[in-house]
Amino acid sequence: MQRMVNNPDYAVEDMLKGFVKVHSDILVGTENPRVLKYKDAPVKGKVGIVTGGGSGHKPAFAGYIGRNMVDAVAVGEIFSSPTAKAFFDAFKEADSGAGIACLYGNYAGDNMNVKMAMKMAEMEDITVKTVVANDDVASAPKDQPEKRRGVAGEIFMWKVGGAKAALGGTLDEVIAVAQKAIDNTKSVGVGLAPCTIPSVGSPNFQIEPGTMEVGIGHHGEPGVKVMPLGTADEIAEIMTDIILPDQPFMSGDEVVVLVSGLGATPVMEQYIVYNRVEEILAEKGIKVHRSYVGNYFTSLEMMGVTLSILKLDEELKELVDMEVDTMGLKQFKY
Amino acid sequence: MESFKNQDGKRIVENLIKVIQENRDYLSKIDGEIGDGDHGINMNKGFSICQERIEGKDMNLTEAFKTLAMVLMTEIGGSMGPLYGTMFIEMAKQSKGKEEIDKEVFRQMLASAIKEIQEIGNAKVGDKTLMDTLIPALEAYEAAMDEGFATALEKMSAAAERGKDSTIDLVAKIGRASRLGERSRGVLDAGATSCWLMLKSMADSMVQMV
Repeated sequence: MQRMVNNPDYAVEDMLKGFVKVHSDILVGTENPRVLKYKDAPVKGKVGIVTGGGSGHKPAFAGYIGRNMVDAVAVGEIFSSPTAKAFFDAFKEADSGAGIACLYGNYAGDNMNVKMAMKMAEMEDITVKTVVANDDVASAPKDQPEKRRGVAGEIFMWKVGGAKAALGGTLDEVIAVAQKAIDNTKSVGVGLAPCTIPSVGSPNFQIEPGTMEVGIGHHGEPGVKVMPLGTADEIAEIMTDIILPDQPFMSGDEVVVLVSGLGATPVMEQYIVYNRVEEILAEKGIKVHRSYVGNYFTSLEMMGVTLSILKLDEELKELVDMEVDTMGLKQFKY
Repeated sequence: MESFKNQDGKRIVENLIKVIQENRDYLSKIDGEIGDGDHGINMNKGFSICQERIEGKDMNLTEAFKTLAMVLMTEIGGSMGPLYGTMFIEMAKQSKGKEEIDKEVFRQMLASAIKEIQEIGNAKVGDKTLMDTLIPALEAYEAAMDEGFATALEKMSAAAERGKDSTIDLVAKIGRASRLGERSRGVLDAGATSCWLMLKSMADSMVQMV
Protein backbone atom coordinates (compact mmCIF):
# COMPACT_ATOMS: atom_id res chain seq x y z
CA MET A 1 0.00 0.00 0.00
CA GLN A 2 1.63 3.21 -1.20
CA ARG A 3 0.04 5.69 1.17
CA MET A 4 1.09 8.53 3.44
CA VAL A 5 -0.26 7.92 6.92
CA ASN A 6 1.14 7.52 10.40
CA ASN A 7 -0.86 5.11 12.53
CA PRO A 8 -3.56 4.20 9.98
CA ASP A 9 -6.13 3.82 12.77
CA TYR A 10 -5.69 7.53 13.50
CA ALA A 11 -5.63 8.84 9.94
CA VAL A 12 -8.81 10.89 10.51
CA GLU A 13 -7.47 12.56 13.65
CA ASP A 14 -4.18 13.38 11.93
CA MET A 15 -5.95 14.73 8.83
CA LEU A 16 -8.21 16.99 10.90
CA LYS A 17 -5.25 18.61 12.61
CA GLY A 18 -3.79 19.64 9.29
CA PHE A 19 -7.15 20.60 7.82
CA VAL A 20 -8.00 23.04 10.61
CA LYS A 21 -4.57 24.67 10.37
CA VAL A 22 -4.83 25.24 6.64
CA HIS A 23 -8.41 26.51 6.57
CA SER A 24 -8.40 28.61 9.72
CA ASP A 25 -9.67 31.60 7.71
CA ILE A 26 -12.98 29.75 7.21
CA LEU A 27 -13.48 27.19 9.93
CA VAL A 28 -12.48 26.20 13.43
CA GLY A 29 -12.38 23.09 15.54
CA THR A 30 -14.75 22.73 18.49
CA GLU A 31 -14.74 21.09 21.88
CA ASN A 32 -15.71 17.83 20.17
CA PRO A 33 -12.68 16.86 18.05
CA ARG A 34 -15.07 15.30 15.52
CA VAL A 35 -17.02 18.51 14.92
CA LEU A 36 -15.82 21.45 12.81
CA LYS A 37 -17.73 24.68 12.36
CA TYR A 38 -17.80 27.89 10.35
CA LYS A 39 -15.73 30.47 12.22
CA ASP A 40 -18.75 32.78 12.60
CA ALA A 41 -21.25 30.05 13.56
CA PRO A 42 -23.80 30.22 14.98
CA VAL A 43 -24.85 33.11 12.77
CA LYS A 44 -27.43 35.19 14.60
CA GLY A 45 -30.98 34.64 13.42
CA LYS A 46 -29.92 32.22 10.68
CA VAL A 47 -31.02 28.61 10.26
CA GLY A 48 -27.98 26.45 10.94
CA ILE A 49 -26.93 24.09 8.15
CA VAL A 50 -25.41 20.86 9.43
CA THR A 51 -24.16 17.83 7.60
CA GLY A 52 -21.84 14.97 8.31
CA GLY A 53 -20.63 11.63 7.11
CA GLY A 54 -17.73 9.27 6.98
CA SER A 55 -14.25 10.53 6.17
CA GLY A 56 -12.37 9.83 2.96
CA HIS A 57 -14.54 12.01 0.71
CA LYS A 58 -12.62 15.29 0.83
CA PRO A 59 -13.55 18.05 0.19
CA ALA A 60 -16.83 16.57 1.49
CA PHE A 61 -18.01 17.09 4.08
CA ALA A 62 -16.01 19.62 6.09
CA GLY A 63 -14.75 21.30 2.93
CA TYR A 64 -18.20 22.79 2.38
CA ILE A 65 -18.20 24.68 5.65
CA GLY A 66 -18.24 28.42 5.09
CA ARG A 67 -20.15 31.53 4.21
CA ASN A 68 -23.50 30.82 2.52
CA MET A 69 -23.13 27.05 2.78
CA VAL A 70 -22.60 24.71 5.75
CA ASP A 71 -22.27 25.85 9.39
CA ALA A 72 -21.12 22.69 11.15
CA VAL A 73 -20.04 19.20 10.20
CA ALA A 74 -19.88 15.91 12.10
CA VAL A 75 -16.86 13.86 11.07
CA GLY A 76 -16.84 10.05 11.06
CA GLU A 77 -14.20 7.38 10.64
CA ILE A 78 -13.24 6.61 7.05
CA PHE A 79 -16.43 5.55 5.23
CA SER A 80 -18.28 5.26 8.53
CA SER A 81 -20.99 7.47 10.01
CA PRO A 82 -20.13 10.05 12.67
CA THR A 83 -21.47 9.31 16.13
CA ALA A 84 -24.85 10.53 17.33
CA LYS A 85 -22.93 12.69 19.79
CA ALA A 86 -20.98 14.33 16.96
CA PHE A 87 -24.18 15.15 15.05
CA PHE A 88 -25.72 16.49 18.25
CA ASP A 89 -22.67 18.63 19.04
CA ALA A 90 -22.71 19.94 15.47
CA PHE A 91 -26.38 20.94 15.95
CA LYS A 92 -25.41 22.83 19.10
CA GLU A 93 -22.48 24.61 17.41
CA ALA A 94 -24.69 25.75 14.52
CA ASP A 95 -27.85 26.65 16.42
CA SER A 96 -28.69 30.32 16.87
CA GLY A 97 -32.26 29.59 17.88
CA ALA A 98 -33.64 29.57 14.32
CA GLY A 99 -33.39 25.80 14.05
CA ILE A 100 -31.15 23.33 12.28
CA ALA A 101 -31.44 21.90 8.79
CA CYS A 102 -29.53 18.63 8.86
CA LEU A 103 -28.84 17.78 5.22
CA TYR A 104 -27.15 14.41 4.86
CA GLY A 105 -26.94 11.29 2.71
CA ASN A 106 -29.05 8.15 2.85
CA TYR A 107 -26.88 5.58 4.62
CA ALA A 108 -27.95 3.22 7.41
CA GLY A 109 -25.38 4.47 9.93
CA ASP A 110 -26.04 8.16 9.26
CA ASN A 111 -29.79 7.57 9.52
CA MET A 112 -29.44 5.92 12.92
CA ASN A 113 -26.99 8.41 14.34
CA VAL A 114 -28.96 11.44 13.13
CA LYS A 115 -32.12 9.92 14.59
CA MET A 116 -30.42 9.49 17.97
CA ALA A 117 -28.89 12.98 17.77
CA MET A 118 -32.34 14.46 17.10
CA LYS A 119 -33.63 12.83 20.28
CA MET A 120 -30.78 14.46 22.18
CA ALA A 121 -31.54 17.83 20.52
CA GLU A 122 -35.21 17.59 21.45
CA MET A 123 -34.21 17.44 25.09
CA GLU A 124 -32.31 20.71 24.69
CA ASP A 125 -35.10 22.40 22.71
CA ILE A 126 -33.14 22.60 19.47
CA THR A 127 -35.45 22.16 16.48
CA VAL A 128 -33.90 19.92 13.85
CA LYS A 129 -35.38 18.99 10.49
CA THR A 130 -33.72 16.81 7.89
CA VAL A 131 -33.36 16.25 4.18
CA VAL A 132 -31.89 12.89 3.23
CA ALA A 133 -30.09 12.92 -0.10
CA ASN A 134 -30.85 10.08 -2.50
CA ASP A 135 -29.51 11.26 -5.85
CA ASP A 136 -27.70 8.06 -6.90
CA VAL A 137 -29.95 6.52 -9.52
CA ALA A 138 -27.90 3.32 -9.79
CA SER A 139 -28.38 2.40 -6.14
CA ALA A 140 -32.04 1.41 -6.39
CA PRO A 141 -34.91 1.54 -8.88
CA LYS A 142 -36.83 4.76 -9.36
CA ASP A 143 -39.87 3.41 -7.51
CA GLN A 144 -37.75 2.82 -4.37
CA PRO A 145 -36.33 6.30 -3.74
CA GLU A 146 -36.02 5.53 -0.03
CA LYS A 147 -33.33 2.98 -0.90
CA ARG A 148 -31.26 5.28 -3.05
CA ARG A 149 -28.09 6.61 -1.48
CA GLY A 150 -26.72 10.12 -1.53
CA VAL A 151 -23.60 10.91 -3.55
CA ALA A 152 -22.04 14.02 -5.08
CA GLY A 153 -25.44 15.64 -5.67
CA GLU A 154 -25.45 16.38 -1.95
CA ILE A 155 -23.27 19.37 -2.80
CA PHE A 156 -26.21 20.98 -4.63
CA MET A 157 -28.42 20.34 -1.60
CA TRP A 158 -25.95 22.10 0.72
CA LYS A 159 -25.36 24.91 -1.76
CA VAL A 160 -29.05 25.64 -2.21
CA GLY A 161 -30.02 25.08 1.43
CA GLY A 162 -27.09 27.16 2.65
CA ALA A 163 -27.93 30.01 0.30
CA LYS A 164 -31.58 30.01 1.35
CA ALA A 165 -30.61 30.11 5.01
CA ALA A 166 -28.19 32.97 4.34
CA LEU A 167 -31.00 34.93 2.67
CA GLY A 168 -33.00 34.66 5.88
CA GLY A 169 -35.20 31.70 4.98
CA THR A 170 -37.07 30.02 7.81
CA LEU A 171 -36.29 26.45 8.75
CA ASP A 172 -39.28 25.16 6.79
CA GLU A 173 -38.28 27.20 3.75
CA VAL A 174 -34.70 25.96 3.90
CA ILE A 175 -35.84 22.36 4.24
CA ALA A 176 -38.31 22.71 1.38
CA VAL A 177 -35.80 24.15 -1.05
CA ALA A 178 -33.03 21.71 -0.07
CA GLN A 179 -35.52 18.89 -0.65
CA LYS A 180 -36.42 20.41 -4.01
CA ALA A 181 -32.73 20.57 -4.94
CA ILE A 182 -32.11 16.91 -4.19
CA ASP A 183 -35.40 15.82 -5.79
CA ASN A 184 -34.21 17.52 -8.97
CA THR A 185 -30.71 16.05 -8.85
CA LYS A 186 -29.69 12.74 -10.35
CA SER A 187 -26.23 11.19 -10.14
CA VAL A 188 -24.35 8.11 -11.27
CA GLY A 189 -20.78 6.93 -10.74
CA VAL A 190 -18.37 4.91 -12.84
CA GLY A 191 -15.42 3.19 -11.17
CA LEU A 192 -12.19 2.22 -12.93
CA ALA A 193 -10.07 1.09 -9.97
CA PRO A 194 -10.84 0.43 -6.29
CA CYS A 195 -9.74 2.27 -3.16
CA THR A 196 -8.07 1.14 0.04
CA ILE A 197 -8.93 2.19 3.57
CA PRO A 198 -5.43 2.66 5.08
CA SER A 199 -6.17 0.66 8.22
CA VAL A 200 -7.51 -2.24 6.11
CA GLY A 201 -4.43 -2.20 3.90
CA SER A 202 -5.92 -3.69 0.75
CA PRO A 203 -8.88 -2.86 -1.46
CA ASN A 204 -12.09 -4.52 -0.31
CA PHE A 205 -13.47 -4.77 -3.80
CA GLN A 206 -11.92 -5.37 -7.18
CA ILE A 207 -12.32 -3.83 -10.59
CA GLU A 208 -10.50 -5.98 -13.11
CA PRO A 209 -8.07 -4.08 -15.36
CA GLY A 210 -9.74 -3.37 -18.66
CA THR A 211 -13.18 -3.14 -17.11
CA MET A 212 -15.26 -0.50 -15.37
CA GLU A 213 -18.08 -0.69 -12.85
CA VAL A 214 -21.07 1.37 -13.91
CA GLY A 215 -23.13 2.67 -11.03
CA ILE A 216 -20.44 2.24 -8.39
CA GLY A 217 -21.11 3.79 -4.98
CA HIS A 218 -19.02 6.21 -2.99
CA HIS A 219 -17.64 3.39 -0.85
CA GLY A 220 -17.17 0.88 -3.64
CA GLU A 221 -20.70 -0.46 -3.43
CA PRO A 222 -21.03 -2.52 -6.59
CA GLY A 223 -22.88 -0.91 -9.43
CA VAL A 224 -25.44 -2.10 -11.91
CA LYS A 225 -23.06 -3.64 -14.41
CA VAL A 226 -19.42 -4.36 -15.17
CA MET A 227 -18.43 -3.41 -18.71
CA PRO A 228 -15.25 -3.29 -20.79
CA LEU A 229 -13.47 -0.02 -20.12
CA GLY A 230 -14.79 2.57 -22.56
CA THR A 231 -13.41 5.81 -23.89
CA ALA A 232 -14.18 9.04 -22.05
CA ASP A 233 -16.89 9.79 -24.60
CA GLU A 234 -18.44 6.36 -24.16
CA ILE A 235 -18.40 6.75 -20.38
CA ALA A 236 -20.14 10.12 -20.73
CA GLU A 237 -22.77 8.50 -22.96
CA ILE A 238 -23.37 5.60 -20.56
CA MET A 239 -23.77 7.97 -17.62
CA THR A 240 -26.13 10.37 -19.38
CA ASP A 241 -28.15 7.41 -20.68
CA ILE A 242 -28.74 6.38 -17.06
CA ILE A 243 -29.41 9.81 -15.59
CA LEU A 244 -31.40 11.69 -18.21
CA PRO A 245 -34.45 9.41 -18.46
CA ASP A 246 -34.61 8.98 -14.69
CA GLN A 247 -35.49 12.59 -13.83
CA PRO A 248 -36.34 12.99 -16.75
CA PHE A 249 -34.31 15.89 -18.10
CA MET A 250 -35.88 17.23 -21.28
CA SER A 251 -35.47 19.72 -24.06
CA GLY A 252 -35.79 23.25 -22.71
CA ASP A 253 -34.53 22.37 -19.24
CA GLU A 254 -31.77 24.39 -17.67
CA VAL A 255 -29.32 22.41 -15.58
CA VAL A 256 -26.22 22.51 -13.42
CA VAL A 257 -23.68 19.80 -14.18
CA LEU A 258 -21.09 18.44 -11.77
CA VAL A 259 -18.41 16.00 -12.88
CA SER A 260 -16.52 14.97 -9.76
CA GLY A 261 -13.42 12.82 -9.72
CA LEU A 262 -13.45 9.98 -7.21
CA GLY A 263 -9.87 10.61 -6.12
CA ALA A 264 -7.42 9.08 -8.58
CA THR A 265 -8.75 10.17 -11.95
CA PRO A 266 -6.71 13.07 -13.35
CA VAL A 267 -8.72 16.28 -13.53
CA MET A 268 -7.68 16.45 -17.18
CA GLU A 269 -9.71 13.33 -17.90
CA GLN A 270 -12.68 14.73 -16.02
CA TYR A 271 -12.75 17.60 -18.50
CA ILE A 272 -12.72 15.14 -21.39
CA VAL A 273 -15.79 13.44 -19.90
CA TYR A 274 -17.47 16.79 -19.27
CA ASN A 275 -16.96 17.88 -22.84
CA ARG A 276 -18.99 14.96 -24.17
CA VAL A 277 -21.64 15.32 -21.45
CA GLU A 278 -22.18 18.92 -22.55
CA GLU A 279 -22.43 17.88 -26.20
CA ILE A 280 -25.05 15.27 -25.38
CA LEU A 281 -27.07 17.76 -23.36
CA ALA A 282 -26.84 20.33 -26.16
CA GLU A 283 -28.01 17.74 -28.70
CA LYS A 284 -31.06 17.14 -26.52
CA GLY A 285 -31.82 20.82 -26.15
CA ILE A 286 -30.82 20.92 -22.47
CA LYS A 287 -29.03 24.12 -21.53
CA VAL A 288 -26.12 24.07 -19.09
CA HIS A 289 -26.48 27.09 -16.83
CA ARG A 290 -23.41 26.35 -14.74
CA SER A 291 -20.93 23.51 -14.47
CA TYR A 292 -18.31 22.21 -12.11
CA VAL A 293 -15.45 19.82 -12.88
CA GLY A 294 -12.91 18.61 -10.33
CA ASN A 295 -12.46 16.53 -7.19
CA TYR A 296 -15.53 17.78 -5.36
CA PHE A 297 -16.60 14.55 -3.67
CA THR A 298 -14.02 11.77 -3.65
CA SER A 299 -13.66 8.22 -2.35
CA LEU A 300 -10.07 8.06 -1.17
CA GLU A 301 -8.05 7.07 -4.25
CA MET A 302 -10.81 5.37 -6.20
CA MET A 303 -10.47 5.89 -9.92
CA GLY A 304 -13.54 7.09 -11.72
CA VAL A 305 -16.05 9.92 -11.73
CA THR A 306 -19.58 10.74 -10.71
CA LEU A 307 -21.87 12.79 -12.88
CA SER A 308 -24.57 14.82 -11.14
CA ILE A 309 -27.17 16.94 -12.93
CA LEU A 310 -29.54 19.38 -11.25
CA LYS A 311 -32.63 20.65 -13.02
CA LEU A 312 -33.20 24.31 -12.25
CA ASP A 313 -36.18 26.55 -11.75
CA GLU A 314 -35.92 30.27 -11.05
CA GLU A 315 -35.61 29.82 -7.30
CA LEU A 316 -32.93 27.15 -7.53
CA LYS A 317 -31.03 29.18 -10.13
CA GLU A 318 -30.83 32.22 -7.87
CA LEU A 319 -29.61 30.10 -4.96
CA VAL A 320 -27.06 28.17 -7.03
CA ASP A 321 -25.67 31.43 -8.38
CA MET A 322 -25.23 33.03 -4.98
CA GLU A 323 -21.72 33.73 -3.73
CA VAL A 324 -20.10 31.05 -1.62
CA ASP A 325 -16.79 30.84 0.19
CA THR A 326 -15.75 27.38 1.35
CA MET A 327 -12.62 25.32 0.90
CA GLY A 328 -14.33 23.06 -1.62
CA LEU A 329 -16.43 25.59 -3.50
CA LYS A 330 -15.69 29.25 -4.05
CA GLN A 331 -17.90 31.45 -6.15
CA PHE A 332 -17.75 35.23 -6.26
CA LYS A 333 -19.53 37.89 -8.23
CA TYR A 334 -17.27 40.41 -9.89
CA MET B 1 -29.39 -21.21 42.42
CA GLU B 2 -26.92 -20.55 39.61
CA SER B 3 -25.69 -16.98 39.45
CA PHE B 4 -22.60 -14.84 39.57
CA LYS B 5 -21.81 -11.57 41.26
CA ASN B 6 -22.17 -8.33 39.34
CA GLN B 7 -19.00 -7.29 41.15
CA ASP B 8 -17.05 -10.11 39.46
CA GLY B 9 -18.47 -9.40 36.01
CA LYS B 10 -15.87 -7.02 34.61
CA ARG B 11 -13.94 -9.95 33.18
CA ILE B 12 -16.91 -10.70 30.88
CA VAL B 13 -16.28 -7.36 29.19
CA GLU B 14 -12.51 -7.90 29.20
CA ASN B 15 -13.04 -11.18 27.38
CA LEU B 16 -15.38 -9.48 24.90
CA ILE B 17 -12.69 -6.95 24.12
CA LYS B 18 -10.15 -9.72 23.58
CA VAL B 19 -12.44 -11.55 21.17
CA ILE B 20 -13.04 -8.43 19.07
CA GLN B 21 -9.32 -7.63 18.98
CA GLU B 22 -8.49 -11.19 17.90
CA ASN B 23 -11.11 -11.08 15.15
CA ARG B 24 -10.35 -7.60 13.83
CA ASP B 25 -9.04 -8.77 10.46
CA TYR B 26 -11.57 -11.60 10.13
CA LEU B 27 -14.51 -9.23 10.62
CA SER B 28 -13.09 -6.68 8.20
CA LYS B 29 -12.57 -9.38 5.62
CA ILE B 30 -16.18 -10.57 5.87
CA ASP B 31 -17.40 -6.99 5.74
CA GLY B 32 -15.27 -6.35 2.67
CA GLU B 33 -17.18 -9.01 0.71
CA ILE B 34 -20.38 -6.97 0.64
CA GLY B 35 -19.67 -3.93 2.79
CA ASP B 36 -16.78 -1.54 2.94
CA GLY B 37 -14.39 -3.64 4.98
CA ASP B 38 -14.14 -1.51 8.06
CA HIS B 39 -16.28 -3.46 10.52
CA GLY B 40 -13.39 -5.14 12.33
CA ILE B 41 -11.37 -1.94 12.38
CA ASN B 42 -14.06 0.22 13.90
CA MET B 43 -15.10 -2.45 16.38
CA ASN B 44 -11.49 -3.01 17.38
CA LYS B 45 -10.93 0.71 17.79
CA GLY B 46 -13.98 1.14 20.02
CA PHE B 47 -13.34 -1.94 22.13
CA SER B 48 -9.67 -1.03 22.53
CA ILE B 49 -10.57 2.46 23.73
CA CYS B 50 -12.89 0.80 26.26
CA GLN B 51 -10.02 -1.47 27.32
CA GLU B 52 -7.95 1.59 28.23
CA ARG B 53 -10.88 3.08 30.15
CA ILE B 54 -11.55 0.02 32.29
CA GLU B 55 -7.99 -1.26 32.73
CA GLY B 56 -6.90 -1.35 36.35
CA LYS B 57 -10.19 0.09 37.55
CA ASP B 58 -12.41 -1.54 40.10
CA MET B 59 -15.76 -1.80 38.37
CA ASN B 60 -18.62 -4.24 38.15
CA LEU B 61 -20.34 -5.68 35.09
CA THR B 62 -22.87 -2.87 34.92
CA GLU B 63 -20.19 -0.20 34.92
CA ALA B 64 -18.06 -2.05 32.41
CA PHE B 65 -20.99 -2.45 30.01
CA LYS B 66 -21.86 1.21 30.46
CA THR B 67 -18.29 2.27 29.68
CA LEU B 68 -18.29 0.14 26.55
CA ALA B 69 -21.68 1.52 25.46
CA MET B 70 -20.64 5.13 25.94
CA VAL B 71 -17.45 4.66 23.90
CA LEU B 72 -19.39 3.02 21.07
CA MET B 73 -22.14 5.65 21.06
CA THR B 74 -20.02 8.75 21.51
CA GLU B 75 -16.74 7.87 19.83
CA ILE B 76 -17.25 5.20 17.19
CA GLY B 77 -20.39 5.92 15.20
CA GLY B 78 -20.98 4.00 11.98
CA SER B 79 -23.89 1.59 12.15
CA MET B 80 -22.34 -0.49 14.87
CA GLY B 81 -21.85 2.42 17.28
CA PRO B 82 -25.56 3.04 17.80
CA LEU B 83 -26.55 -0.63 17.51
CA TYR B 84 -24.01 -2.13 19.89
CA GLY B 85 -24.02 1.00 22.02
CA THR B 86 -27.75 0.45 22.49
CA MET B 87 -27.19 -3.24 23.21
CA PHE B 88 -24.67 -2.63 25.99
CA ILE B 89 -26.44 0.34 27.52
CA GLU B 90 -29.53 -1.86 27.90
CA MET B 91 -27.43 -4.62 29.43
CA ALA B 92 -26.04 -2.05 31.86
CA LYS B 93 -29.49 -0.70 32.70
CA GLN B 94 -31.06 -4.10 33.29
CA SER B 95 -28.20 -5.28 35.51
CA LYS B 96 -27.97 -2.04 37.47
CA GLY B 97 -28.57 -2.52 41.19
CA LYS B 98 -28.55 -6.31 40.86
CA GLU B 99 -25.90 -7.83 43.09
CA GLU B 100 -26.38 -11.28 41.66
CA ILE B 101 -26.81 -11.91 37.96
CA ASP B 102 -28.99 -14.96 37.60
CA LYS B 103 -30.76 -16.47 34.62
CA GLU B 104 -33.75 -14.14 34.94
CA VAL B 105 -31.63 -10.99 35.16
CA PHE B 106 -29.67 -12.04 32.10
CA ARG B 107 -32.90 -12.80 30.24
CA GLN B 108 -34.02 -9.25 30.91
CA MET B 109 -30.66 -7.89 29.80
CA LEU B 110 -30.78 -9.76 26.52
CA ALA B 111 -34.47 -9.19 25.81
CA SER B 112 -34.29 -5.48 26.54
CA ALA B 113 -31.15 -5.08 24.41
CA ILE B 114 -32.83 -6.78 21.47
CA LYS B 115 -36.01 -4.74 21.82
CA GLU B 116 -34.11 -1.46 21.73
CA ILE B 117 -31.88 -2.54 18.84
CA GLN B 118 -34.98 -3.41 16.88
CA GLU B 119 -36.40 0.01 17.68
CA ILE B 120 -33.43 1.85 16.26
CA GLY B 121 -32.42 -0.45 13.42
CA ASN B 122 -35.86 -1.57 12.20
CA ALA B 123 -34.51 -4.94 11.09
CA LYS B 124 -36.19 -8.30 11.48
CA VAL B 125 -35.13 -11.93 11.16
CA GLY B 126 -34.27 -12.71 7.54
CA ASP B 127 -32.95 -9.25 6.69
CA LYS B 128 -29.31 -10.44 6.94
CA THR B 129 -28.35 -8.42 9.99
CA LEU B 130 -27.40 -9.01 13.60
CA MET B 131 -31.07 -9.70 14.33
CA ASP B 132 -30.57 -13.09 12.65
CA THR B 133 -28.17 -13.89 15.47
CA LEU B 134 -29.97 -12.18 18.34
CA ILE B 135 -33.57 -13.34 17.94
CA PRO B 136 -32.90 -17.10 17.75
CA ALA B 137 -30.35 -16.71 20.56
CA LEU B 138 -32.96 -15.19 22.86
CA GLU B 139 -35.56 -17.77 21.87
CA ALA B 140 -33.17 -20.65 22.59
CA TYR B 141 -32.15 -19.08 25.88
CA GLU B 142 -35.72 -18.65 27.07
CA ALA B 143 -36.68 -22.16 25.97
CA ALA B 144 -33.82 -23.66 27.95
CA MET B 145 -34.12 -21.61 31.12
CA ASP B 146 -35.73 -24.49 33.03
CA GLU B 147 -32.59 -26.53 32.40
CA GLY B 148 -30.43 -24.07 34.32
CA PHE B 149 -28.45 -20.90 33.65
CA ALA B 150 -25.36 -22.60 32.24
CA THR B 151 -27.31 -24.84 29.89
CA ALA B 152 -29.44 -21.92 28.72
CA LEU B 153 -26.29 -19.93 27.98
CA GLU B 154 -24.78 -22.80 26.02
CA LYS B 155 -27.95 -23.21 23.98
CA MET B 156 -28.08 -19.47 23.39
CA SER B 157 -24.53 -19.57 22.08
CA ALA B 158 -25.27 -22.48 19.76
CA ALA B 159 -28.42 -20.81 18.44
CA ALA B 160 -26.51 -17.59 17.85
CA GLU B 161 -24.00 -19.51 15.76
CA ARG B 162 -26.74 -21.15 13.68
CA GLY B 163 -28.39 -17.77 13.28
CA LYS B 164 -25.15 -16.21 12.12
CA ASP B 165 -24.61 -19.06 9.65
CA SER B 166 -28.13 -18.60 8.32
CA THR B 167 -27.14 -15.19 6.96
CA ILE B 168 -24.97 -16.83 4.29
CA ASP B 169 -28.03 -17.81 2.27
CA LEU B 170 -29.89 -14.57 2.83
CA VAL B 171 -30.22 -11.55 0.59
CA ALA B 172 -29.62 -8.34 2.54
CA LYS B 173 -32.76 -6.28 3.05
CA ILE B 174 -31.37 -3.45 5.09
CA GLY B 175 -28.12 -1.49 5.45
CA ARG B 176 -25.40 -0.94 2.92
CA ALA B 177 -25.39 -4.50 1.59
CA SER B 178 -29.09 -4.29 0.72
CA ARG B 179 -28.16 -2.31 -2.37
CA LEU B 180 -26.50 -5.42 -3.76
CA GLY B 181 -29.65 -7.51 -3.99
CA GLU B 182 -28.78 -11.04 -5.10
CA ARG B 183 -25.08 -10.18 -5.01
CA SER B 184 -25.26 -10.13 -1.23
CA ARG B 185 -26.15 -13.84 -1.12
CA GLY B 186 -23.45 -16.39 -0.35
CA VAL B 187 -21.46 -14.53 2.29
CA LEU B 188 -21.85 -14.04 6.03
CA ASP B 189 -23.21 -10.79 7.39
CA ALA B 190 -20.45 -9.04 9.32
CA GLY B 191 -22.79 -7.66 12.01
CA ALA B 192 -24.41 -11.05 12.57
CA THR B 193 -20.92 -12.52 12.88
CA SER B 194 -19.56 -10.01 15.38
CA CYS B 195 -22.78 -10.38 17.34
CA TRP B 196 -22.33 -14.15 17.49
CA LEU B 197 -18.71 -13.75 18.61
CA MET B 198 -19.87 -11.50 21.44
CA LEU B 199 -22.78 -13.67 22.58
CA LYS B 200 -20.50 -16.71 22.49
CA SER B 201 -17.84 -14.89 24.50
CA MET B 202 -20.40 -13.71 27.05
CA ALA B 203 -21.85 -17.22 27.37
CA ASP B 204 -18.41 -18.81 27.74
CA SER B 205 -17.37 -16.31 30.43
CA MET B 206 -20.63 -16.65 32.34
CA VAL B 207 -20.69 -20.45 32.20
CA GLN B 208 -17.30 -20.45 33.91
CA MET B 209 -18.58 -18.13 36.61
CA VAL B 210 -21.89 -19.75 37.56
